Amino acid sequence: MSVFTRWFGLLDSGRRETTPASVPPVRIGDALDVANLPSYGFGTRNLMWWGNAGMMTIEAVGFALMVGVYFYLRSLNAVWPNEGRPPDLLWGTLNVVLAIATGFPNAMVDRAANQQNVRKVRIWIVAFAVLTLALLPIRWLEFMALNVRGDASAYGSCVWVLLGLHTFNLVTDVMDTLVVCAVMFKKKIDGKRFVDVAENAGYWWFIIGSWIPIYAVIYLAPRM
Amino acid sequence: MSVNAGFAGALPDDGHAGGSSAEGSKVERRPIIRDGAGWDSAAARALERTWSDAPGLLGFLRTNDHKRIGRRFIVTALLFFVAAGVLAAVMRVQLAVPDNHVVGPDLYDQLFTMHGTTMMFVFAVPVMQGLSVYFVPLMVGTRNTAFPRMTQCAYWIYAVGALTFWVAFALNTGADAGWFAYVPLTGPQYGVGHRADLWNNLVNFTEAMGLMVAVDIATVILKMRAPGMSLRRMPLFVWASLVTSVMIIFAMPSVMLAANLVSFDRTFGTHFFNPAEGGDVLLWQHLFWFFGHPEVYFIFIPALGFVSTIIPVFARRPMFGHDAVVMSLIATGFLAFGLWVHHMFATNLPELGKSFFTAMSYMIAIPTAVQIFCWIATLWTGRLNLRVPLLFVLGFFFILVLGGLSGIMVGSVPLDLQVHDTYFVVAHLHYVLIGGAVFPLFGALHYWFPKVTGRMLDERLGRWQFWLFFVGFNVAFFPMHILGLQGMPRRMYTYGAETGWGPLNLVATIGAALIAVSVLLFLINVIRSRLHGARAGDDPWGASTLEWSTRSPPPQYNFVALPVVTSREPLWVPRPSGAPTHVSGLSAEDREGLVTTVLDALPDVRYSYPEPTIWPFVAAWAVWGWLFWSGLSSAGMFWGLIPPALAFIGWYWPSNKETTRQLLLDKRP
Repeated sequence: MSVFTRWFGLLDSGRRETTPASVPPVRIGDALDVANLPSYGFGTRNLMWWGNAGMMTIEAVGFALMVGVYFYLRSLNAVWPNEGRPPDLLWGTLNVVLAIATGFPNAMVDRAANQQNVRKVRIWIVAFAVLTLALLPIRWLEFMALNVRGDASAYGSCVWVLLGLHTFNLVTDVMDTLVVCAVMFKKKIDGKRFVDVAENAGYWWFIIGSWIPIYAVIYLAPRM
Repeated sequence: MSVNAGFAGALPDDGHAGGSSAEGSKVERRPIIRDGAGWDSAAARALERTWSDAPGLLGFLRTNDHKRIGRRFIVTALLFFVAAGVLAAVMRVQLAVPDNHVVGPDLYDQLFTMHGTTMMFVFAVPVMQGLSVYFVPLMVGTRNTAFPRMTQCAYWIYAVGALTFWVAFALNTGADAGWFAYVPLTGPQYGVGHRADLWNNLVNFTEAMGLMVAVDIATVILKMRAPGMSLRRMPLFVWASLVTSVMIIFAMPSVMLAANLVSFDRTFGTHFFNPAEGGDVLLWQHLFWFFGHPEVYFIFIPALGFVSTIIPVFARRPMFGHDAVVMSLIATGFLAFGLWVHHMFATNLPELGKSFFTAMSYMIAIPTAVQIFCWIATLWTGRLNLRVPLLFVLGFFFILVLGGLSGIMVGSVPLDLQVHDTYFVVAHLHYVLIGGAVFPLFGALHYWFPKVTGRMLDERLGRWQFWLFFVGFNVAFFPMHILGLQGMPRRMYTYGAETGWGPLNLVATIGAALIAVSVLLFLINVIRSRLHGARAGDDPWGASTLEWSTRSPPPQYNFVALPVVTSREPLWVPRPSGAPTHVSGLSAEDREGLVTTVLDALPDVRYSYPEPTIWPFVAAWAVWGWLFWSGLSSAGMFWGLIPPALAFIGWYWPSNKETTRQLLLDKRP
């Protein structure tokens, strides 16, 4: 047990939280000296993880509410789609497959970043960025194949906005990927930048993870 | 983790800095000056140099110091409070006598909409968040917020957004459909002109601000508390800020989505709220109130935090039932999400559903009562120090309880149907919001003013302010209950003499005048005390929380050495012998802080705060440009995104200088 937990008896349950700190703080006189602590950390040790978690929650709530709007309006309409046809399955489904496929390079980027291996990060993040860029033109084709105009009916409005919301997130994170990718090719890279790469990878899981239910709502719900 | 008791010699002064990262760092080094010494030391002087902002306008725009940003939030919000108060005064003058024509119906519509919208979105939420931005880092014992540039950007987004809203009002384009902006009045068919667009725009600005600050504050609270400040030792105001932040994260997306959907209906011709094409007008009410009810609690819960901060200090004893109060705050946060339909009792929703929401609304009484009993117990068993902050808290008790009683009445469906859209509701909501939030807010401003400025507010003026406000408030708003029961509808610009509502309206207007005088006294007190007030010293109230352990006003780096916490009341409870008193070893030549673990606040990782930069300010204007442009044309919605994107890249992009310096400090996890 460390000096720290010994002095404080922190939790009444008797269970002690542990830190993965490679080097714990040290007592120097009356002070708790933290000079030896790492200057950055991955995962929940990193503040950006918490910031991202907050942002993802906000976006997830936004998506969930929009899905709620879709089904709310559907419940009020006897016929649904109340105008237009269900969207063509081809491009949307291709985007699901492709999005899942990006999971592999994304995981590799994440791993390389956690290992702080510059060479590996560079290779995988380029591969990953190229693949994510491929999602964008397909997304454009998805809009073209929705088979309803956004101003045609409540149904059309719902699917356009739902797809639009996800696209906004998609474009944002593709851009983010390109930026952290560029930073990785700078001559000097400090440790925190690897954390940024790992966080970007974490955010991408949200892009993939949110796309699957939204795909189901846009493409499958009108057929049921 | 295991550690020997530690000797000064065991740690090299500089050897652990840098050198371990992947690349670079072959730079010649001298020992880094590290903090941990007292006020009069080389470390303190180094901190002073490191943390001070550049002078002049550029320094003003670039600063990300949470105290400067927090102060700006508070001052800006109070200015808008006064502005919206002036609108209320104009309305009261208009209503003072029957058949009055000081303002016409069109301007009157704008007056009540601007008043309500400003008070809710531009005053109440920002002022509460501003106080969190200022005090949470001080109360948890750290040097800045988790994402200082985001706080900085949030402030500017708020400031430019609110200003746009008011400039539009000055140009006769003020929002005019009520603060909850119901469709179809704001839809494409009835909401002609740009008044409704301005309202939607304002919502985007203020909610973006609110969400950014919420994420920031939640992260500070969970990850940057001083070593030893386990969750159970966290001050109650910090708990209130945490609960509020989490609520904001779950509620604000709803109104943003709603405002954008109505914007799409207006600019792109979508049909979300158009029944002819399968849309629905009640959808707006659901989305708005799913946010709108929690919104009341974003204002109310920080205020509960103020009350729980002030009472123990002025009762001179620790809070009675600390844990129960924390549980109540959390419970209130949860229950707040199950109440939104009680704003919609006058719609054709299923009656069974309404009963559920009545029951949920009454359940709010439970955690509120728990807190009130804990406060009473604390006061009862304490030794009271009846200063102005406590006076405001006592006023809060009286008025909030009255507001709660009328709440029980409007929480019941049949009664609500009778008084819906009458002055009874106006009376109720002002009792709850002014009693529940503004009274504690003034208490908090009196309480914390010495910390912010180093000077005390004048006690005598403060008492005058309190009594004028308390009496004025009741004179202004109590008669509105009766007017409402007599059937006077809200939002009508005048009424005939034959209604008999004239005398009580005149009384209400006299009360409003008293409130105006009270607020004026407060402003005079602030300006006078800022210049000539008595020096406060570090801890004029004998308080227990960490913000009082540093200087007043706090230096930019907050603490010369980060504190170590061993109890709930670190300034009251003696430290166990042998326990460390402070943290040392952070670089005093860099903006370094400490990240701790979520539950027990064990030191985990050092953290480099970002340097000040102009980019968040630029980004705020770029976002403004985007929103404004997209309000005018659909092309703006897409092309307008380019400037914000560039600004955010500039914000993030690490300079070579920063990287080189960081490599010196780097130590692999």
